[in-house]
Amino acid sequence: MEKTALYNFHKNSGAKFVPFAGYEMPIQYKDGIVKEHINTRQSAGFFDVSHMGQFFVSGGRSTELNLEKIIPLDFKEIKMNQSKYSFLINDEGGVIDDLIITRVENGFNIILNAACKDNDIKEIAKCLNSESKYELRKDLSLIALQGPKAETILETIIKGVKELKFMNGNYFKFLEKKIYITRSGYTGEDGFEISVPNIIVENLIKLLTDKDAKPIGLGARDTLRLEAGLCLYGHELNQEINPIQANLKWAISKKRRETGGFKGWENIKKDLQNGVSKIRVGVKPAGKIIAREGTKIYSNTGEEIGIITSGTYGPSVNSPVAMGYVKSKFSEIDNKILIEVRGKKHEAKVSKLPFYKKSYVK
Amino acid sequence: MSEKKYSKKHEWIMLDGESATVGISKHATEMLGDIVFVELPEKGKSLNKEEKAAVVESTKAASDVYTPVSGEIMETNQPIVDDPSNVNKDPENNGWFFKIKVKDKSELDSLMSQPDYEKFVKDNPN
Repeated sequence: MEKTALYNFHKNSGAKFVPFAGYEMPIQYKDGIVKEHINTRQSAGFFDVSHMGQFFVSGGRSTELNLEKIIPLDFKEIKMNQSKYSFLINDEGGVIDDLIITRVENGFNIILNAACKDNDIKEIAKCLNSESKYELRKDLSLIALQGPKAETILETIIKGVKELKFMNGNYFKFLEKKIYITRSGYTGEDGFEISVPNIIVENLIKLLTDKDAKPIGLGARDTLRLEAGLCLYGHELNQEINPIQANLKWAISKKRRETGGFKGWENIKKDLQNGVSKIRVGVKPAGKIIAREGTKIYSNTGEEIGIITSGTYGPSVNSPVAMGYVKSKFSEIDNKILIEVRGKKHEAKVSKLPFYKKSYVK
Repeated sequence: MSEKKYSKKHEWIMLDGESATVGISKHATEMLGDIVFVELPEKGKSLNKEEKAAVVESTKAASDVYTPVSGEIMETNQPIVDDPSNVNKDPENNGWFFKIKVKDKSELDSLMSQPDYEKFVKDNPN
């Protein structure tokens, strides 16, 4: 089992550990998931996401064109220091992984999911030629600082971060080292993702905790992203689901939606033209019942129409929240559906996403 | 009232005359984390020892709660349904789950005393 550079910090902060994608990761600290969640929404919390892959690819225009075979973005449109949410696509149009890619000096930083990163790198490498160089940066940690106080806190530590716009990054100096920070995150809050050498990550954490930012575990990361209506790979996304079904059409660049030229295009083109048979939706149970992953979804008349892919209690909306896939004709917002929990059918409805309103800085 | 006893599935039970009060142990609540949903049995329902009686859900997962003895459900604790965090706040008093009319008091003999339960928890940390 691998450990991140902050393992001892987590341990000393009272973390409960769980195995996650081959890493021992904190699922929660002493405060527990609900308090950690609320703290992130009301103040600021930081997450150790160093298990995620920080993959750097360098090369010229031919590298970009090769990346376009597997990532459905228009690379010409990605400005210096701009980040984009996208995917690696397989031959059938299914999602190999979802990712954030940022154009930096001499190339691109790609943030990959921990459980997928080794396979992702193989798939990316297959598309590249000898002009491209690439490296998984195991020397770097990744810290997500999230919440309404994230900007004020980080600005006192690293001057200038407040100038960053959402989904944009830049290089900054921290303890004489060049580090890269983007204004981004996966909680539905304003915040930053800070890529920092392992050897100085504890120094950064010390300064964050001095400013009252609290450590947040994977448990609250999940409740936060679910309230924000964001997909989690392995739940809403997998190799059998394409981005159109996942209701993530917007994450394919407009030009690429028209002209294709990437893996799985035939299937994606068909779904763009004819519509999808099933689609990702938000699901809000009427009562307090929680619909977990694997819960069957039925129409009002009892026809089985889909399945829940993530479900929990949302501390900020103070009710259960879930996402799942339903047959498209049942996907209209506010459509009444039934969820089967412990053998009984309970009322629910298709809900618009996000459940919790974002507050990103534009 | 008699001595509080514990099951291996982390329920506590306290006998009072013919009926007993059942809840989940403090250790159980610490393992579960924040409890956000509770489903209690219907009044009048007859259950056998170690049969599923209630459900608790934390932000992480759903868990079953079993009855440590056989009997009939007499009363349930509505305040933990209305606000499930009441279980975390006071699991072994106000956070009780149900009262059960005990069919066979000898079923309590196989349960653990508090010191035995504490030792059991130490030996079986998960």
